[in-house]
Amino acid sequence: MSHISPVLWQFLVKWLTNFAIFPPEASRIAAQSDALFFFMVLVSLIGLTTVVLLVVGFSILYRKERHPHAVQIEGSTLLESTWTIIPLGLFLIIFVWGALIYFRVYTPPANAMNIYVVGKQWMWKIEHPGGQHEINALHIPVNEPVQLTIISQDVFHSFSIPAFRIKREAIPGRYTTVGFEATQVGTYHLFCTQYCGTDHSHMTGEVVVMSRDDYKKWLASSTSGMSLAQDGERLFASLSCNACHNDTPNARGPNLVNVYDSRLTLSTGETVTADDAYLRQAILNPSEHVTQGYVPIMPTYQGQISEEGVIALVEYIKSLHSNYRVQQTLNTTALVPQNQEKATPAGQTPSGQKPQGVGR
Amino acid sequence: MSDSTAIDNNVAAATHLEHPPYQRHHFETIAQQFDATNFAMWLFLLTEIMFFGGLFTAYLIMRNWYYPAFVEGSHYLSIVWGTTNTGVLITSSFTMAMGVWCAETRRKSGLILCLVLTFVLGIVFLCIKGIEWHGEWVEHHVPGLNYSVQNFVNPASNPEVYAEYHDKPLGADMAVRTEEYFFLYFAMTGMHALHMIVGISILVFMIFRARAGAYTNGHVTFVENFGLYWHFVDIIWIFLFPLLYLISRHG
Amino acid sequence: MSATILALPDQSTARIPKMNYLSKENGLLSWLLTGDHKRIAILYLISITFFFFIGGSLAGLIRLELLTPQSDLMAADTYNKVFSMHGLIMVFFFLVPSVPATIGNFFIPMMVGAKDLALPKINLLSWYLYILAGGLMLYTMCTGGVDTGWTFTTPLSTHYLNTNVAGAALAVFVAGFSSIFTGLNFVVTIHKMRCPGMTWFRLPLFVWSHYAASILMVLGTPVLAITLVLVILERIAHIGVFDPAYGGDPLLFQHLFWFYSHPAVYIMILPGFGVISEVVSTFSRKRVFGYTAVAFSSVAIAVFGFFVWAHHMFIMGISNYAALVFSLLTMLVAVPSAIKIFNWAFTLYKGSVTFETPMLYAIGFMGLFTIGGMTGVFLGSTGTDIHLTETYFVVAHFHFVMVGGMLMAFLSGIHFWWPKMTGRMYPEKISQFAAVVTYIGFNLTFFPQFILGMLGMPRRYASYPPEFQVLNVFSTAGATVLGVGYLLPVLYLTWSLKYGQIAGNNPWQATGLEWQVQSPPLSENFPEIPIMDHEAYDYEWLDRQQAKEVASV
Repeated sequence: MSHISPVLWQFLVKWLTNFAIFPPEASRIAAQSDALFFFMVLVSLIGLTTVVLLVVGFSILYRKERHPHAVQIEGSTLLESTWTIIPLGLFLIIFVWGALIYFRVYTPPANAMNIYVVGKQWMWKIEHPGGQHEINALHIPVNEPVQLTIISQDVFHSFSIPAFRIKREAIPGRYTTVGFEATQVGTYHLFCTQYCGTDHSHMTGEVVVMSRDDYKKWLASSTSGMSLAQDGERLFASLSCNACHNDTPNARGPNLVNVYDSRLTLSTGETVTADDAYLRQAILNPSEHVTQGYVPIMPTYQGQISEEGVIALVEYIKSLHSNYRVQQTLNTTALVPQNQEKATPAGQTPSGQKPQGVGR
Repeated sequence: MSDSTAIDNNVAAATHLEHPPYQRHHFETIAQQFDATNFAMWLFLLTEIMFFGGLFTAYLIMRNWYYPAFVEGSHYLSIVWGTTNTGVLITSSFTMAMGVWCAETRRKSGLILCLVLTFVLGIVFLCIKGIEWHGEWVEHHVPGLNYSVQNFVNPASNPEVYAEYHDKPLGADMAVRTEEYFFLYFAMTGMHALHMIVGISILVFMIFRARAGAYTNGHVTFVENFGLYWHFVDIIWIFLFPLLYLISRHG
Repeated sequence: MSATILALPDQSTARIPKMNYLSKENGLLSWLLTGDHKRIAILYLISITFFFFIGGSLAGLIRLELLTPQSDLMAADTYNKVFSMHGLIMVFFFLVPSVPATIGNFFIPMMVGAKDLALPKINLLSWYLYILAGGLMLYTMCTGGVDTGWTFTTPLSTHYLNTNVAGAALAVFVAGFSSIFTGLNFVVTIHKMRCPGMTWFRLPLFVWSHYAASILMVLGTPVLAITLVLVILERIAHIGVFDPAYGGDPLLFQHLFWFYSHPAVYIMILPGFGVISEVVSTFSRKRVFGYTAVAFSSVAIAVFGFFVWAHHMFIMGISNYAALVFSLLTMLVAVPSAIKIFNWAFTLYKGSVTFETPMLYAIGFMGLFTIGGMTGVFLGSTGTDIHLTETYFVVAHFHFVMVGGMLMAFLSGIHFWWPKMTGRMYPEKISQFAAVVTYIGFNLTFFPQFILGMLGMPRRYASYPPEFQVLNVFSTAGATVLGVGYLLPVLYLTWSLKYGQIAGNNPWQATGLEWQVQSPPLSENFPEIPIMDHEAYDYEWLDRQQAKEVASV
């Protein structure tokens, strides 16, 4: 092999080591999605082969040298029906199959662990319920259903994990969700796939799938000391939410205990489910979301709380199953410093904020 | 223009001579010319419907989202001016229709009178619209340039409107959405006014042409097509007026 | 028996007719003020070629940047501007007007037996609007560019960028009106200007497909126009209906934008279908197999095309059930395209097939469009769309349809009608070579991108993980081949203007009305308005006609 130029040789080696042809299948849905993908590849190949065979075959059989006089044919209802009905049938199979996968991806199981994702130009902020904050990285346990609740604080982004075959748009102003269950321990790409401005191509990160034990260790080592709900509790106190939402006899706001996922009747007469999206709206645009029997006196918190702050508050409200915690905040209001919501991400160096995709 | 000058072919030239002067060279008959241009006008109006359709969609969605803001916002529009303007525009449609009739029956002075009346009514409409817009400027209701939510967080700050509607103060989050209402109000009435201005400019051109007798020699296509345009602009207003001024005013 | 149908007049005696639309008047003004649809078509041809090469150079820069994983040729924001301008120019200044404004403009009046389009001045106006818009776009490009992507996604475009978004939006707005007027003109012409005997079902399929595309232009483009007006207003007034920070709904923008921009892909591809129908029929000496089915499938695409826009939004949080409906409709719109492909293939059956350049491009089209269409099904199926959307799979898919499909069809049409437009033949051998080069270059450029998409490489990335490099190198290598394939026609077609063989009236022995008159045609197209007394693609009629001529001589 010595006659091959060493430069070329190095080049080839570098190439072949940098050559991927198929992404890893690291989630439960990936195999299902790929099955449909390969079914469609098969259908396409058959379709393409048919077309090529017809065109090439007819070109050879009926080329002018061989077949100097064309025979005029008007058409054939039978043939045309055939190539209307067969593709239609195949497309309908693909449609149903695809829809089954789509519903599985976007309706995560109820017992899935919920992780919040906030997209901003140009980073992903991940908020674990246990209070672990990450930037451009997502640590998850293997074989555990996970639901991501995603929102953007500025423009459209899109949270994409190719190895899991999932993707969800991060939309400013509303939550979207996606579910998956990782099946392979490893580190995978995380991309923003919706064009979001200058450093779009640097809005990448990694998804680390860990065994349950490793995941527990990671949780313990990277906690900020306070869970998301505790962050929310402090925010609840510092924003004086407890001044009204405190379940005293003359409270001016409704009691929030067990409000999450309950049915509420609004002052407009409509009934709604108090889910994440509703709670977010009720904090930011309270005058549209007044519970029946209350006066619209709540000020808006638009522009005063970050999306992470809203998430912390929602988590806090979710965790409220008795009034004890609310009463506690009343006692501690004076003690809590302001701006608690901006807790420094623990276990995360600030370098996470810098684009790191270049030349990795 | 090359298409109306010399013709290459003698046969074509011979047949051309029999045509009335206003028949364009590429049409076989004057009926075909009328048919084609009329059909083109209808198609153009269809594109206009799609154009305004986008605005109406945006309006309906925003109205649904921010219903109280849209209701209280509409209280600051003047029903009197709005109704007057609707009347002005409908009358102008009538004079325009009369103009088309005059052109068809070859009444030159009638046509000029009708066109001038339509022109004047169009100007009146724009002036009234201008007065309303000025009012909004004075009230700080021009989004982006001069906007204040004062009237909506504290309705009593405008005693006149308050006396009539007894508006409840809107929450701060809803009050800022009144700007959304006025944004759409200006976008829609502005787009409509732009169409009016285009129409009025064409009217001026037509008045001069009508004085030269251009439309009373049997060639009424232009007047008729312009009439369609004018009625269309009128109809857009007929939809804008209730959407912006009237519905749920007392909701 | 020779392997060509080419029938040229005796070159020693043949002359270009003295009287024709090119020679009628001279001087720049006679072109700039012309009402002649053929001259306007030539003006369009020159201008879209200009914009194609600007867009193409930008594509070259993109491929060059993607040669390496790092963003080393240009900074990320420059790259963003380059791909945005590439998309804007190629979509609005090349693909949308490509076939309709050039070949369609030139031949629709001739095919229906009319002297001109119904509204010649509007036709000229539409060219001026195009030039105005193009000038504005170039100005935007030279004064800092725009980096929204061609989709103007809000709130990025309304709030977060300080590049020339308003200028670019205005340019697209004006270009939109150019397209509306072209479409309106075609619809009116096809409805009202048909010659005696030219019934709807005697129209060439080229006219049918343009009719369908024109309906989409007329109904879809105004929605884009108002959407862009709202984007511009929102940027100016800082209040609007799209940005959630101002209380707007960003999904409303997506709905309005794709309500136009999905039909827009049919605006781009349907005229290409028309070209392929003409070419395949002519070079097989046979009526298009199942004329009615092909005609109605164009109309079906136009109708269904309006109700599939939300398949661009499957991952954007529209309700699962809405996604279901739009996915189903997307599957339905795929069927008419499949019908067309098979009908074209069967047109060859029992034909007498020859392989001149237009036919080579048409065969290339059938192969590439089949791949492009099938991969569209991958994206129309909700389940796989989740993984494949917003990756290079989408890029490869629409380049297969738009470049592999539409551009092949455009080149096929240009070669097919070149003798009619100029009176001279292009050089056959080198153009066949160019067709093959284009085909190879195209596949090399865009096929690797399907694999990249499956791997998950996102669109619009200036830098990417190193394991994607090999495929990107293939793609860039292919792009250089493709570039040669596109440069060649410009060179030899220009050469042929002076040195090409005299074509005569009907070099391809085609049946369309446009082939029965002199090349280049008279300003008035026909010495006298023809009477259509036979079906479309009636080759026996043509034989009888030629027998008659021989007899009379």
